[in-house]
Amino acid sequence: MNPYQPYSIFPLGDSALTIDFGNFISEDINKKVLQLFHHLKTVADKNIIDLVPAYSSLTVYYDVAFLHHPEKTAFESITEILERLLSQRLDLPQHQINRFEIPVCYSKKFAIDIDHLSQQNHLSTDEVIQIHTSKTYKVYMLGFLPGFTYMGEVDPRISIPRKPTPVKLPSGAVGIAGMQTGIYPLESPGGWQIIGRTPTKVFRKENKCPVLFYPGDEVKFYSISEDEFENYQARRT
Amino acid sequence: MRITRQGVLDTIQDLGRYGYQYLGVNCNGAMDKFSMQLANTLLGKDLNSPVFEIHFPASRILFEKETIICITGADFLPTINDQPVPLDRPIAVSKKGILNFEKMQTGSRCYLSVFNEIKLNKWMNSYSTNLKSGTGGFQGRNLLKNDVILFENGLNISKLLHEKDFLVFPWKANDVVDTRNEIEFLIGSEWHWLTKEAQETFQEHWFQITNEADRMGYQLAGQVLEVQNNEQLISSAVSFGTVQLLPNGQLIILMADHQTAGGYPRVAQVVTAHLSILAQKKPNDVIRFKMTTLEEAEKKIVNQKKYLLQLQNACKFRMEEFLNAHL
Repeated sequence: MNPYQPYSIFPLGDSALTIDFGNFISEDINKKVLQLFHHLKTVADKNIIDLVPAYSSLTVYYDVAFLHHPEKTAFESITEILERLLSQRLDLPQHQINRFEIPVCYSKKFAIDIDHLSQQNHLSTDEVIQIHTSKTYKVYMLGFLPGFTYMGEVDPRISIPRKPTPVKLPSGAVGIAGMQTGIYPLESPGGWQIIGRTPTKVFRKENKCPVLFYPGDEVKFYSISEDEFENYQARRT
Repeated sequence: MRITRQGVLDTIQDLGRYGYQYLGVNCNGAMDKFSMQLANTLLGKDLNSPVFEIHFPASRILFEKETIICITGADFLPTINDQPVPLDRPIAVSKKGILNFEKMQTGSRCYLSVFNEIKLNKWMNSYSTNLKSGTGGFQGRNLLKNDVILFENGLNISKLLHEKDFLVFPWKANDVVDTRNEIEFLIGSEWHWLTKEAQETFQEHWFQITNEADRMGYQLAGQVLEVQNNEQLISSAVSFGTVQLLPNGQLIILMADHQTAGGYPRVAQVVTAHLSILAQKKPNDVIRFKMTTLEEAEKKIVNQKKYLLQLQNACKFRMEEFLNAHL
């Protein structure tokens, strides 16, 4: 029995394919995606150029010229290789999950959308902070920017749609979009509703690995004051 | 090499950064990878060597050391010390040679490869510039006035130049520019979300490239395309050439600096071999999408690669022969 069933494979153009586990967000499915991601990474097949895990899918970039065969397409060849790998029951060591506690200053100075969120969802700002800091979030995937995490899922009471028009945000801005929460690693335009800012640098370009969070990691936020925020920043420099 | 006048967006690029998309680190790389590789090929260099990707108005470049260069892609009427020089041919440039680009003639990006190895550090396995995070390439940014790009090794070709400003080599690539307006595509995973009429419109109508067209993506203007369902898509991987349907019924084609993942319906995918054609289009150009098969798309990739590798072999040999005979 294939441990990854059920899934479907479809081409993403002529040089990549997506292994899809369904169009929904679920922790179990994401676990499967990451398990498969680590499995294929360990195998390090020379035909595979890149692997991109998302909420419920894994995309495989492959080398078409290298896989070229007169009787079948590179897509068919790589699909056969993947089907074979997918059917192996491998007892992989559980991938290491890092757990982080991240300080966030929820002061109005940084939390440009917290009033809007509390009004829309009929909560006090203290309640928003309390709810946001009460849960451990799973890093489902990274995307949008180097180091940008899609974490979830937030308590439905603080869920809110993203803004219609993105605004310019500083690095460290902490936001909510739908059931997701995340941190902007770099100064960037962004459409998430901003409820605070962390002094923790989640992207450090000078580091060998510049990204703090990996897919599968767990993050819990805790509230700090403006003074503490300044202290963190001072300590860093 | 010293930049003596700043261009609008000139960066170092190679074939792109793979292996780190799972951390949100996007691929970058040259927009027109065919021309980028051709520039390296004609000098007999590795296909993936870093090159300068140049937009118009372009940088003006002073060569403080002599070298051999090759310019491919868009024709911006390049000159060395005010003398016109050809595209798609190796050119020896003397010390104090000034490379200038006079006018945007055809295409929108040109590529400059240099025979010497350029002194640069790889960032996450690639020389490509990641403008968003300020990493890769030359100091993680576009080239500015007074930037000096150093060579790893010297090259003494003064005997070859005989005190001339430059010398055009005898070999070249022929008829490499493809300016067609019909761009081939494969259907995307959400192609069937489009209504039958929208699928027909997609293939029959012309779409205009808007002013919102840069290294991240080309927004198109055309007839509004309708979908037959209201399903929301959760984010998953997108790639160079993914054609997404925006909520307003218009299309965007993701280009070299695209994000690693996206949540808009992927109605189509431009075939890899035609991305280079698309990369040379500019705002107001019109294109039409023509459906093809995976077999055909793959064949084009393989043929392009074969062409480049054969040419690279021949040029490597000719370069060695030529330099041996003249130095």
